[in-house]
Amino acid sequence: MARIDLKQIAHSYHDGAQKPEDFALRRVHESWDDGGAYALLGPSGCGKTTLLNIISGLLTPSRGSVFFDGQDVTALPPENRNIAQVFQFPVLYDTMTVFGNLAFPLRNRGVDTEQIRQRVNEVADILDLTTHLKKKASGLSADVKQKISLGRGLVRSDVAAILFDEPLTVIDPQLKWHLRCKLKQIHERLKLTLIYVTHDQVEALTFADRVMVMHGGKMLQAGAPEDLFEKPEHKFVGYFIGSPGMNFLSCILDGNIARVNGAAIELADATAALAKKAGQKLEIGIRPTYLKVHSNKQPGSIAATIKNVEDQGSFKIVTLILNQQTLRARIPEDQPIPDKKAWLSFPTQKIRLYADGQLLRAQGAS
Amino acid sequence: MGLLLQDVDKIVGREVHLKDISLDLAAGSRNVIIGRTLAGKTSLLRIMAGLDRPASGRITMDGRDITGVSVRKRSVAMVYQQFINYPSLTVYNNIASPLKLAGIDKKQIDRRVRQIAQMLHIENLLDRLPAGLSGGQQQRTAIARALIKETELLLLDEPLVNLDYKLREQLRLELQEIFKRRKAIVVYTTTEPAEALMLGGNIIVMDQGRILQTGPAPNVYHNPITTRVAEVFSDPPINYLEGSIHSGKVILGENICFTLNGRMSDLEAGDYRFGVRSNHFFLNPNGPGDIKISATVELSEINGSETFIHIRHGDTSLVVQNEGVHQIKIGSAISVYVNPSRFFVYDKQGLLKSSPTGRIHQTGAAA
Amino acid sequence: MEKWQDNRAWFLVLPVFVIVAFSAIIPLLTVINYSVQDIFGPGQRVFVGAEWFKEVLGDKRLHAALWRQFLFSGLVLLIEIPLGIIIALTMPKKGWGASASLVTLALPLLIPWNVIGTIWIIFTRPDIGLFGATINKLGMSFDHTASSLDAWVTLMLMEVWHWTPLVALLAYAGLRAIPEAYYQAAKVDGASSWSVFRHIQLPKMRGVLTIAVLLRFMDSFLIYAEPFVLTGGGPGNSTTFLSIYLVKIAVGQFDLGPAAAFSLIYFLIILLFSWLFYQALQNAGKGEG
Repeated sequence: MARIDLKQIAHSYHDGAQKPEDFALRRVHESWDDGGAYALLGPSGCGKTTLLNIISGLLTPSRGSVFFDGQDVTALPPENRNIAQVFQFPVLYDTMTVFGNLAFPLRNRGVDTEQIRQRVNEVADILDLTTHLKKKASGLSADVKQKISLGRGLVRSDVAAILFDEPLTVIDPQLKWHLRCKLKQIHERLKLTLIYVTHDQVEALTFADRVMVMHGGKMLQAGAPEDLFEKPEHKFVGYFIGSPGMNFLSCILDGNIARVNGAAIELADATAALAKKAGQKLEIGIRPTYLKVHSNKQPGSIAATIKNVEDQGSFKIVTLILNQQTLRARIPEDQPIPDKKAWLSFPTQKIRLYADGQLLRAQGAS
Repeated sequence: MGLLLQDVDKIVGREVHLKDISLDLAAGSRNVIIGRTLAGKTSLLRIMAGLDRPASGRITMDGRDITGVSVRKRSVAMVYQQFINYPSLTVYNNIASPLKLAGIDKKQIDRRVRQIAQMLHIENLLDRLPAGLSGGQQQRTAIARALIKETELLLLDEPLVNLDYKLREQLRLELQEIFKRRKAIVVYTTTEPAEALMLGGNIIVMDQGRILQTGPAPNVYHNPITTRVAEVFSDPPINYLEGSIHSGKVILGENICFTLNGRMSDLEAGDYRFGVRSNHFFLNPNGPGDIKISATVELSEINGSETFIHIRHGDTSLVVQNEGVHQIKIGSAISVYVNPSRFFVYDKQGLLKSSPTGRIHQTGAAA
Repeated sequence: MEKWQDNRAWFLVLPVFVIVAFSAIIPLLTVINYSVQDIFGPGQRVFVGAEWFKEVLGDKRLHAALWRQFLFSGLVLLIEIPLGIIIALTMPKKGWGASASLVTLALPLLIPWNVIGTIWIIFTRPDIGLFGATINKLGMSFDHTASSLDAWVTLMLMEVWHWTPLVALLAYAGLRAIPEAYYQAAKVDGASSWSVFRHIQLPKMRGVLTIAVLLRFMDSFLIYAEPFVLTGGGPGNSTTFLSIYLVKIAVGQFDLGPAAAFSLIYFLIILLFSWLFYQALQNAGKGEG
């Protein structure tokens, strides 16, 4: 098990790259504690897989270094880093049984037979694979295969970290729940450092203690799931996290009031104070969950037109037009929705303000 | 009028891929087939397209029998899970290809290609080759090619499954708008309940080559007629508590007792299975009618705004979906509350006997 | 209308049917017909039953040719399959090196068979041939027209030079089809190069190797042009393979009956062994644990 430090990592797939655009990974400087669960979240091409391959040693970064427990491993190949990796599609040794697959990493390291048997049985028990041990690996279903891939990482007692590269891609939604829980339980039980790469916010947020949101080769925000949800530091994070993403409305500041094409939205004093320093061109950000939709006029509410209602079973998504700007609200399944016109209220504590795509924050606050 | 399938079976070797498929898809309707991997979704689409012949049964389109008619002679377009485009043709020529084959004049082709490209936001990519595009752009091209010919039938086989989560969300919204403006019968397959609900229209629930239930999406969601439908159409998974009814009382799980009333009062005595969705469990009682379930916490997951708490009540595992972020210690005792009015009541055969909305639609064959 | 089907589609298959009939079925029937008759001349023939088969099966020279043939094909497979795999493994994966090695490998496959024989006659001539003369200058006597062993060595060299590239190309294609994740996983698992070969590359190449083994077996079992040009079956009978012996009987001695019986036996042997190889390779994947 290990603490992982990434120091000033940058990577380009072209030789002699200088311009920032040439870099798949622009600058990453992060420290991860031993035994934590971390996720790298971002769309295709954001650099998350590049970073993962740098950590595993499949790729040597153009700049910067990787430290495992204070030791520089930048130049070490994967087999000398004591990491394990689970890939997007199950990678199995088809000619071997499940037992053979699980024992493979140990056999390669010359562990004695009795110890292998004991260790494999232990891991098979954790992963509910005991009944499959004697079967050929090739004929099993995708979720079992992914568990075997994971098991090959878990059998090694010396493993420093397990890396996951979108491991649930080929798994049905209901089985995803099962596998995700299994992962969490293993994490609780074995306290391994786990690093999980995905484009799926639900997987990233539920899995990790700390999520790194990446975009265009940069790490935009790193934090606990609730921080990313409550205080997205960047508009992209607001959009990328949450389903639907955060609403953004351009507004003009007028004292403690934000004006959205004439409609007035009241701000908290602290928020307004920040806004005054930032200047004129601002955007209000509010999560669809926090937007309140009323059937009749309430104090401080603003009239909006309902464009569309989607019944999602356990909740509804209402699309509204507020002075030519589109907003989406997520409301409970039982709440009645008016026909055409609704009144919206913006809870002051949930309003975030953005200037140039960046969250306005009090100085010194993290 | 529309597409009608009657008693369609598909058998490959000794394996039954489809069994007793009867469907009536109205002209202009939007239909979503939901089912797990290998439920028979793709087999059914291939039969609708005319790529495969059914082993038995009849398929008619607006009254015309098209059972044995090859795909070339049908008015059908299909979008696949993989991004399938002609690699040597530009995006423009890819989109134009169905019209060129139909021998439509150049001016009209040009107008329609540009119009459809704009609809899918790829008007700036028309000179590019598919290999140079991102996955999302490639799939947009494939969808544009399927849309350009105004076919009677538009089939989409898990078209978004290989795209990023957020891209999926966005394309789903766009597709929804596009489908609304189409006269074609749209059939869309997915494994994800959320996607099925978002696309709306009619739901066709499939499992092991059979159709379990059909109907408008919210109706099916609120009245899953068998336990299997409820399982396929729930994310997070539906929770079940075993129980029995005797002399007006329900005994549930580990000695939870409540009095029957309302819609459930005419249920006969016997053993039942009580289903409840995760979002109907609460950590505090909402009213006097709520029942309390004592459990131990197995795991908790936070998705930013909600917490999923996995709990164990006796031998039963349950998932609680709760608004807000709660740090809950694993292994600790917890009480969750549910109002009995939220229960789906299934008999021992897994058939729905009572549902919260009280409407049991007998659409589709029960398993 | 219920199960209407376009029966005109059968017309499209008709040309193939006719071609196969003329190229395979009719000649085969002719051969079967000849194999059970004694033919003295046009219109003069006697039914002899299994007589020719008995004669052919008891022919000592045929036994020798058959044994020679198995030895030859066996050696060909033993050398070409591993060598082809080794070449494929050492070939560059991408860049100009990959293209260059692919073109170089393909060259021998583009040369007509009889030309290959001629090339090797010149190449191995003890007086002027680059190979033959060099060996002789080193003090070893080498003459494929005089020594049986030298004739075999020359034939094997020629065969290996000519056909190993095909095996290598097939194996290369098989290797390229393996997803990168397998190699990455193996690295992470600490697998040795041998383990990677044994548990990833070899199993994933099974399909193409099955094709390579079948092609090389059938082709080497039928070898005719090269030994005919190079040695004419000599010295003595040391390179008289089945096909050369068959032609001697059929064309040289005009014994059509025995030749026909011989052909059928020859055909059945190839069919039997191809099937055995195919089964063995298919089971290789299942039987391992």
